[in-house]
Amino acid sequence: MATEPASRSEAINTERGDMAVPAPVLTMGGIGKQFPGVKALDGVDLRLLPGEVHALMGENGAGKSTLIKVLTGVYPADAGTIELGGAPVAFGSPLEAQQAGISTVYQEVNLCTNLSVAENIFIGREPRRFGRIDWKRMRARAKKLLSRLELSLDVSAPLSTYSLAIQQMVAIARAIDVEARVLILDEPTSSLDAGEVEQLFRVMRRLKEEGIAILFVSHFLDQIYEISDRMTILRNGTLVGEYLTRELSQVQLVAKMIGQELAALERLHGEAKVFDRPLIEARELGRTGAIEPFSMTIHEGEVVGLAGLLGSGRTEIARLLFGADHAGSGEIVVSGSVTSLRTPRAAMGHKIAFCSENRKADGLIPDLTVRENIILALQATRGWTRPVPREQQDELVGKYIKALKISPPNPEHLVRNLSGGNQQKVLLARWLILEPRLLILDEPTRGIDVGAKTEIQRLVAELSDGGMAVLFISAELEEVLRLSHKVGVLRDRRLVAELPNDDSLTTDVLMETIASGASQMNASEASNVDASGGRAS
Amino acid sequence: MRRLLWPVVVLVLLLALNVFFTPSFFSIEVKDGHLYGSLIDILRFGAPLILVSLGMTLVIATGGIDLSVGSVVAISGALACLQISQDTSVFTAVVSALVLCVVLGAWNGFLVAAVGIQPIIATLILMVAGRGLAQLITGGQIITINSPAYKVIGGGYWLTVPFGILIVIAVLAITAFLTRRLALGMLLESVGGNAEASRLAGIRARGIVIMVYAFAALCAGVAGLMISSNVSSADGNNAGLWIELDAILAVVIGGTSLSGGRFSLSGTVLGALIIQTLTTTIYSIGVPPETTLLFKALVVTAVCLIQSPSFRAKAFGRRGRTAPPSPAPEEKVRVTA
Repeated sequence: MATEPASRSEAINTERGDMAVPAPVLTMGGIGKQFPGVKALDGVDLRLLPGEVHALMGENGAGKSTLIKVLTGVYPADAGTIELGGAPVAFGSPLEAQQAGISTVYQEVNLCTNLSVAENIFIGREPRRFGRIDWKRMRARAKKLLSRLELSLDVSAPLSTYSLAIQQMVAIARAIDVEARVLILDEPTSSLDAGEVEQLFRVMRRLKEEGIAILFVSHFLDQIYEISDRMTILRNGTLVGEYLTRELSQVQLVAKMIGQELAALERLHGEAKVFDRPLIEARELGRTGAIEPFSMTIHEGEVVGLAGLLGSGRTEIARLLFGADHAGSGEIVVSGSVTSLRTPRAAMGHKIAFCSENRKADGLIPDLTVRENIILALQATRGWTRPVPREQQDELVGKYIKALKISPPNPEHLVRNLSGGNQQKVLLARWLILEPRLLILDEPTRGIDVGAKTEIQRLVAELSDGGMAVLFISAELEEVLRLSHKVGVLRDRRLVAELPNDDSLTTDVLMETIASGASQMNASEASNVDASGGRAS
Repeated sequence: MRRLLWPVVVLVLLLALNVFFTPSFFSIEVKDGHLYGSLIDILRFGAPLILVSLGMTLVIATGGIDLSVGSVVAISGALACLQISQDTSVFTAVVSALVLCVVLGAWNGFLVAAVGIQPIIATLILMVAGRGLAQLITGGQIITINSPAYKVIGGGYWLTVPFGILIVIAVLAITAFLTRRLALGMLLESVGGNAEASRLAGIRARGIVIMVYAFAALCAGVAGLMISSNVSSADGNNAGLWIELDAILAVVIGGTSLSGGRFSLSGTVLGALIIQTLTTTIYSIGVPPETTLLFKALVVTAVCLIQSPSFRAKAFGRRGRTAPPSPAPEEKVRVTA
């Protein structure tokens, strides 16, 4: 049962205070689920009220996913009851759950992008006439359905012509068409930019007004606070409690998720340091269609943050500095001499390392083991004829598994079976064994849980104290502020400002700069940095 | 190793079937200082297929495929026989044939890695053109030669063991050394598992891929010498015909995924042996010749099905060794994207 029954009843009490609680659409009670060797869920309760957005919170491995899978019939529950509209139910498959009115939209949009929007919405249950598909009716119904979400699309165009956000909405449209009473959104926002998230939230609010109960899972705390009314927190497969969002502060939430009080979000770099040894300098470096020419200097031991919206050119800067893409203009100066970084290999020769944003596509080799993934870059620098001796491999890998607390600590485990946070650590370890002078981290903390996130942040601070330069890219402004010595702000593929991270710099200032381009004050500040940097070197 | 379990089971079953029909199947004897017996025959006649399959394994590990190996088999035999028939020394003939094969393989690799043509198309070019080249070399005729030295490659013996088997053992040892002792195997699996990630890790995939295609052609070339040496003639039309398909099958039966990445050399050898044993079995149990291909197809289908974990789970219920549904706590998919 609830580990903190007190706070739970307290939350319910407050409700009684302001209004009557409508009968829940869905109630799960005492849910237990055992996997070989793991108790994934133990006595978890969850109730969803009509017309509410309910956030399901917890670290990776807390049991969110399992709970959703039990609810939608992917796994049978070992213990507990599920009631839908007051009647007990047990679904044998996601299809049964959907027919009963519980629809799920997963993070990866599982639609066929080569089919039309209308086909995607009605796939498998196309309206028929004389045994043939009634295309006209299908398109009309699709249009109507989308207008319910305030979307006006060409429903006969292939889905691939629309952005990821729109595709997500189409998935939602598909889900709510079957008279949904409960809509489950599992990390729908992780690949959306701010504008798209706003669009999604508008749709969610609309569905909420229609009385649908929405279960929402997200790693972004800000989004949880913006959209959700109520939340249920899980930890290690057990229930922590149910709370009203407005009554729980972010710090309290995080504390409950990780089960301990989080150290205040202080800046990891206390005292101001002087950076006088430039390591890498980009001079009017640019690439058509990717990033406007920009200039930037990164010094030894300096953490430079990049802030900006998704697609504003953050990753493009990283890729140019690593030689992953060819620069169309400008030059790169490494340790005082002009070099051309035409391939990642060339950049690695200058001791530059790059942890890419998309761990799956551009980072790890899922079928190789943890050990192989970690030594891959080192092996690549040696070529295939000079293998890293096995002893040395074991020593290096063991050292980093320990230092980064990679779990499970088995070097022969396949990387595909690791959780996101641990995969990220494996990728980090791959580059750390090369002892880079510049470490480029593109969204290293995205999609990983709070604990692993803090560890990675701490590691970055340590590395830079040891003299390593770090280029740190993150969508979370607080994180950028917390770690960086200076912050480059990007907007529409242009580096619009470079701000020193002193006490005057806040997330508000950053957001304003991102939103408006460099304001007058910020621009002057930026030029000051350049000036002081020039003087020091 | 666990993943070799099923190929081994299939091979044992096939051999058992043979013993049932031919009780003397396992007997091996020494006649005139040569090893004789059905098992030796399987190894000896299976040698070219094993060689081609070894090369194919590495190509498939990079995520590619090589359809041209059958044509390369024909070209290699044709060039060697042509030169021997013109009184060139056997050594020169063999070396020049193998050099040509390596060049052709490197061409395949160049098309795939440098030009960026899909492997199936790039090697299809040489598959078709190579047959033409082989016929050009032989002048459209079957070249027959009489060279005891050349005959050794496919038909000779050394220390009672057929020479072809020794060649296979040597090539297998070299391949295993290059891939598992040196780092070639890991880099191959990396390139095949995720090409872009490999590039960003600093791996020079282009050179590796070209080398692997050249190696596959070299293996096919040696196989071609073996085949033509065994019959002392070169047939541009029929030598190595469809061997690429058997080789691909052997690789798949051996547990290497066609999508690239992890590969298993021992699995491939087992796969090739299964195919060769099957061929032998068909003859020894007296399957009518007109149903041979159908019989082979049925067995291969059964082998592929029994190898598939999901099929085993369905067919044998709980006894199927399937992994339990991913232990839930990790939200793998969700987290990583």
